[in-house]
Amino acid sequence: MADTKSMQIENKQVDKKKTKSHRITFGIIYLVLAAFIWIVFVNGTDTSILTTFNMTPGGSSAYMDDWIFPTASTLSTLAFICAIAGAYQIIRGFGKFTNGILALVAGIFIFSFLSWASSGGSINLAGLLRVTVVRAVPLTLGAMAGMLCERSGTVNIAIEGMMLTSAFVSTVIASLTNLWIGMLAGVLTGGLIAWIHGVLTIKYKVDHTISGTVINIFATGITSFLSSKFLQKTDYQYLNEPGMFPQIDIPVLSKIPFVGPILFSHNMYVYAMFLLVPFLTVMLFSTRWGLRLRSVGEHPKAADTLGINVIKTRYMAVILGGMMAGFAGTYFTLGSSGRFDELLTAGRGFIALAAMLFGNYHPVGAMGAGLLFGFFDSLSAKASILKVPIPSDFLGMMPYLATIVVLAGVVGRSQAPAAAGKSYDKESL
Amino acid sequence: MENQKQTQNKPSGIAVFFDELSKSSGMVTFLAILTGILIAGLLVALTTVEVYDAFSISFWSGIKEALRTAWNTYSSLFIGAFGDPKKIAAAFQGGDGLEIRRAINPFFESLVQTTPFIFGGLSVALGFRVGLFNIGAEGQLFIGAMTSVYAGYAITGLPAYIHIPLALLAGAAGGAAWGFVPGYLKAKTGAHEVIITIMMNYIAFKLSDFMLRGPMKDPNEYTPKTPWIQESAQLTRLFPDTIRFHIGFFIALGVAYFVYWLLFKTTWGFELRTVGSNPNGARYAGINTTKATVVAMSLAGSLAGLAGANEVLGLNYRLVPSFTSGYGFDSIALALLGKNHPLGVVLSALLFGFLRNGSRQMQLKSGVPIDIVSILQALILTFIAAPAIIRSIYRLKKPDHEEETIKVGSWGGN
Amino acid sequence: MAPLLELRGITKRFPGVLANDHIDLTLEKGEIHALLGENGAGKTTLMNILYGLYSQDEGDIFVNGNKVTINEPTDAIKAGIGMVHQHFMLIPVFTVTENIMLGEEYVKAGGFLDRKKAAAKITEISDKYNLNVNPDAYVRDLPVGTQQRVEIIKILFREAEILIMDEPSAVLTPQEVDELFKIMRVLVDQGKSIIFITHKLREVMECADRITVIRGGKVIGSTTPKEADTKKLATMMVGRDVQLKIKKTKSDPKETVLNVENLRVMNSQQHLAVDDISFNVRAGEVLGIAGVQGNGQTELVRALTGLLPPTEGKIEILGQDTPQEKPRFITELGSAHIPEDRQKDGLILAFPVADNLILNTYFHEPFSKGITLQFDEIANSGNALVEKFDIRTPSVNTPVSNLSGGNQQKVIVAREFSRPIKLLIASQPTRGLDVGSIEYIHKRLMAKREEGCAILLVSTELDEIIQLSDRIAVMYRGKILDILDAQDATKEVLGLLMAGIKPSDEMKSQAKHEEQIILT
Repeated sequence: MADTKSMQIENKQVDKKKTKSHRITFGIIYLVLAAFIWIVFVNGTDTSILTTFNMTPGGSSAYMDDWIFPTASTLSTLAFICAIAGAYQIIRGFGKFTNGILALVAGIFIFSFLSWASSGGSINLAGLLRVTVVRAVPLTLGAMAGMLCERSGTVNIAIEGMMLTSAFVSTVIASLTNLWIGMLAGVLTGGLIAWIHGVLTIKYKVDHTISGTVINIFATGITSFLSSKFLQKTDYQYLNEPGMFPQIDIPVLSKIPFVGPILFSHNMYVYAMFLLVPFLTVMLFSTRWGLRLRSVGEHPKAADTLGINVIKTRYMAVILGGMMAGFAGTYFTLGSSGRFDELLTAGRGFIALAAMLFGNYHPVGAMGAGLLFGFFDSLSAKASILKVPIPSDFLGMMPYLATIVVLAGVVGRSQAPAAAGKSYDKESL
Repeated sequence: MENQKQTQNKPSGIAVFFDELSKSSGMVTFLAILTGILIAGLLVALTTVEVYDAFSISFWSGIKEALRTAWNTYSSLFIGAFGDPKKIAAAFQGGDGLEIRRAINPFFESLVQTTPFIFGGLSVALGFRVGLFNIGAEGQLFIGAMTSVYAGYAITGLPAYIHIPLALLAGAAGGAAWGFVPGYLKAKTGAHEVIITIMMNYIAFKLSDFMLRGPMKDPNEYTPKTPWIQESAQLTRLFPDTIRFHIGFFIALGVAYFVYWLLFKTTWGFELRTVGSNPNGARYAGINTTKATVVAMSLAGSLAGLAGANEVLGLNYRLVPSFTSGYGFDSIALALLGKNHPLGVVLSALLFGFLRNGSRQMQLKSGVPIDIVSILQALILTFIAAPAIIRSIYRLKKPDHEEETIKVGSWGGN
Repeated sequence: MAPLLELRGITKRFPGVLANDHIDLTLEKGEIHALLGENGAGKTTLMNILYGLYSQDEGDIFVNGNKVTINEPTDAIKAGIGMVHQHFMLIPVFTVTENIMLGEEYVKAGGFLDRKKAAAKITEISDKYNLNVNPDAYVRDLPVGTQQRVEIIKILFREAEILIMDEPSAVLTPQEVDELFKIMRVLVDQGKSIIFITHKLREVMECADRITVIRGGKVIGSTTPKEADTKKLATMMVGRDVQLKIKKTKSDPKETVLNVENLRVMNSQQHLAVDDISFNVRAGEVLGIAGVQGNGQTELVRALTGLLPPTEGKIEILGQDTPQEKPRFITELGSAHIPEDRQKDGLILAFPVADNLILNTYFHEPFSKGITLQFDEIANSGNALVEKFDIRTPSVNTPVSNLSGGNQQKVIVAREFSRPIKLLIASQPTRGLDVGSIEYIHKRLMAKREEGCAILLVSTELDEIIQLSDRIAVMYRGKILDILDAQDATKEVLGLLMAGIKPSDEMKSQAKHEEQIILT
């Protein structure tokens, strides 16, 4: 009788063609970027021109000297590094460092752009990055909300609606009581709406995207309705004065020049993000809870046969996700604007969804994507002070274009949980 | 005797009728709308201070006040949508043309509101039929408005019978281009159209912001606005002043018929529906699914683009920033309510058009914000999407066949 | 003493179907009890009830003489029952350890997973029963046979006493099946008890201690392999005399219809699924492609029908080069395709029967003129085909989804056979069908062969291949190892080929000899 091992039908003949073509594509992209830096940025810049980066955000006490460097020669060096990376990528490839190098090249390109755009003048780099972190908060939190849902098999396109509603509720409740109770009310509101999404998708097996769309329409309607009925009337102004969570400077850390004001001088939402990202990572990938949650998103039938309650687990994940979205929603009012205005989330929920996909369903990836999107966001707000006339609208488009590029698989493809978007029907095989 | 026996065995005609009625999806649609209206009415009552004041007097006066509030709201909505019957009667008796037009204006204004809904609903419905969720009607509409406005003001010296179709076509082409991108990406790379179209929406907003402040800005204006379109590009109005009703409505009906014919009477439609129902099966049958996806999304985009063109060519005559107001999401609601059938879309567009128009009057008269219509839409849509809710509330019988539901699925992988 | 497990009067109704009709069944400790029945007899439903995936409408379950209520798989696990499902319940992106401990996780303080401890236990079980599984491997990287052993460990990990195995041999080579039977024997020797579900007589005779036959949701009878004879079992299973062998005339192959040379095809994961294959099929003959599922047959068929472009090689149909052609071009040449997964590929379930019957001819006259469809013609032709092919449907306007599996397959056969075809590519044409439908399809296939159609038959059912084919090619890891004349092909030789071993000529003739001895 033949040996069992020899019978194993292993399909290990992985063809290297695809990875090779990917490698070369990346290499060419790096070379093109290098050429772009060279031709557009360096060539148009006189060698005597300097770039000044302010390293202290406005109003911060942790001072650091401005960073001044000659634009053209610095950019030439960076273009050279890009070119080398590209050449090496084509010839040998970076193996497991591929993604790291990709991030490095992208960083170099953005830095070059900034240096060129502010050449001959100055730009407040520290301020830019500080705002980046702030703008990343709702996106990262929203992305993690979507992740909790989708990792358990429920697609949640209603993050926008959940954020909007919780922003409204938190404003009213915080105005009547205090910030913390308001925040809590917002979180619970998010959970409540997520529960409705759960009932529609899990119990009634409504298509997840349609259920999410309905919730978004409803959230837009109800918040605008109540807002114009009450919050916008002078008689009820007291309902729209929730106040804001104060900025907390972390002792010692906030005094570090440059880094301190960017990372450690914010209100509690930023710190919550910094804590929730590793927390959720550990929870999802190293605990029983996370294993079970992911199992119902990958193969609910398998989980069911092992005695895991698919329905309960999905409800739990969806509601927790909703609470996360609710928390993100309260950021807009209690952490950012201090009042509720109609449609104040302005599509951040959808961008959060994009950040989730961009970050490949991983909390760390989500924060990376959130920071990237936040950067473009904060840059487009500053576009007018740049020396070079790049319309701010085009900078504002970058997150959306980047998402399309990622989704189209130009730069790797995100791997969705296998059962995401499929309602579970126990008595069908 | 024998007759009697038969009637005993067979349920009576009326019972059969009610049985069938109870199973039919039309009944669910009707009850969904009714339930939505009831709940929205309740919401209005619950958010009215006077109702609470009345409750503090006595329970019954509270109930009475609540009913009165709901009645006032809906009756002002009705009058806003159809016109005030008394005024109409008086105007006709008076015989003054202007007065008559003013009195019947609400009805025609509702039709004016209906028109973009028809285009938008058709756009989403066509997508659904081909298995695509076009959540980007909003962006396509914006781009369509932009391109048609450009054709409207930049091209001069054409007679109306050439200029109008040309400007409409420009709108359709703009929308089609915006729909083509997600369609192409979906077909070639498997990128899910839901996220792509949402992203395309935002790109459209940014792009139009840029265009309105830059290349397309009317130099004589301080705020970002395009120039006025040529008179030859304006959609013909059918009545003298105050009534804005224009031929756009009939164009929309014609397009709806065209979509119906295309989907259900032609081999192309057969191919599109096959792809929508089972793309693997379509591939097996030799249908080019890539082409079908791209064509469908482009067509859907062009329909949404026509909605935008219709607005700028028929009503505004120029483009201003953020001129759309959630047509994209409304269109999804419409398509679902209309069961993705062109006739259903026209009917639900009429419903929404009259609701939207009536709600303005309602806001003025009874102080109920216009957003109640969005809430109403969401409620109706929930019940349409989950017919089991309506069936259990009203104890309806289960249908013989499984109800057709729409599946969009996940968007991460393929 | 009470039996280890007893089912009494189990009844389960699905809308319109009585899936289980008062079934009684007992399982003694340390036995392999085979549950024999054809597809749709109700075996799997019964086991799903026992495992808590469905709940019965009537009847009771006793373990060790005590009545137990099983509403959830958890209840079954608690009662010491485990199940290896026909479709494996494994999560590809999880490791073996994660898959096995899911639901019964080893945790450290604070709810953190203790993967090491679980892996140690898995290794222990694996060694004890000689299962040879690496706990750290990802399931997606494992071959099917190993995945099945992971499923078995999953049950042993929960210290179950009763193992239910639902059609475990379907995905294995004959040699792997032998291996599995050995493992099952080891398990039983160590005190476990097994319910073994199958529709294959040979397997029952080989490994069961006791046999219970189920038909139409009812228990027909019980016996042991010693007392039973195959013919009688077959009759019990099907409910009438079965013609085990189909009469086949000598083939008279004519001109070459399909010619394949050096074909290479990548699957969707960019693995080389078809590796340098050459063969031809001639008019009036059936070439069978045997092999364990997943050895490239699917990709081969998809390449031949234009659904998957090959990376290299030549495909000639009636002298036409087709490797980069679209499906439409190939069907128009006169090639028909009965797809492997009829619901996924072959039908539009939501469409009416009539529309499905014109699925690849709708653009021809008389079904359409210009671009407008001719509905009268479509309905007429539909009605005619429904009659000719005995499709049981209320009307041609009924959605295909409402038809039974056998009738759905008939819709496909009717559609494909109503065109003038020169080549038929049939992939798993009888999978999941009842015996009546299988016989019908087989007869139709043979009739097409008589008409001079070239047929490429792909099947994982060896019996089907041997019965119908004139020549048999065996695929293993994307290659055709050998092409045999049907007279020379014995199960033993085919089995070795399916496992990737090329038997010597000596072995072939010896196997042939042995088989003759067994048969006489």
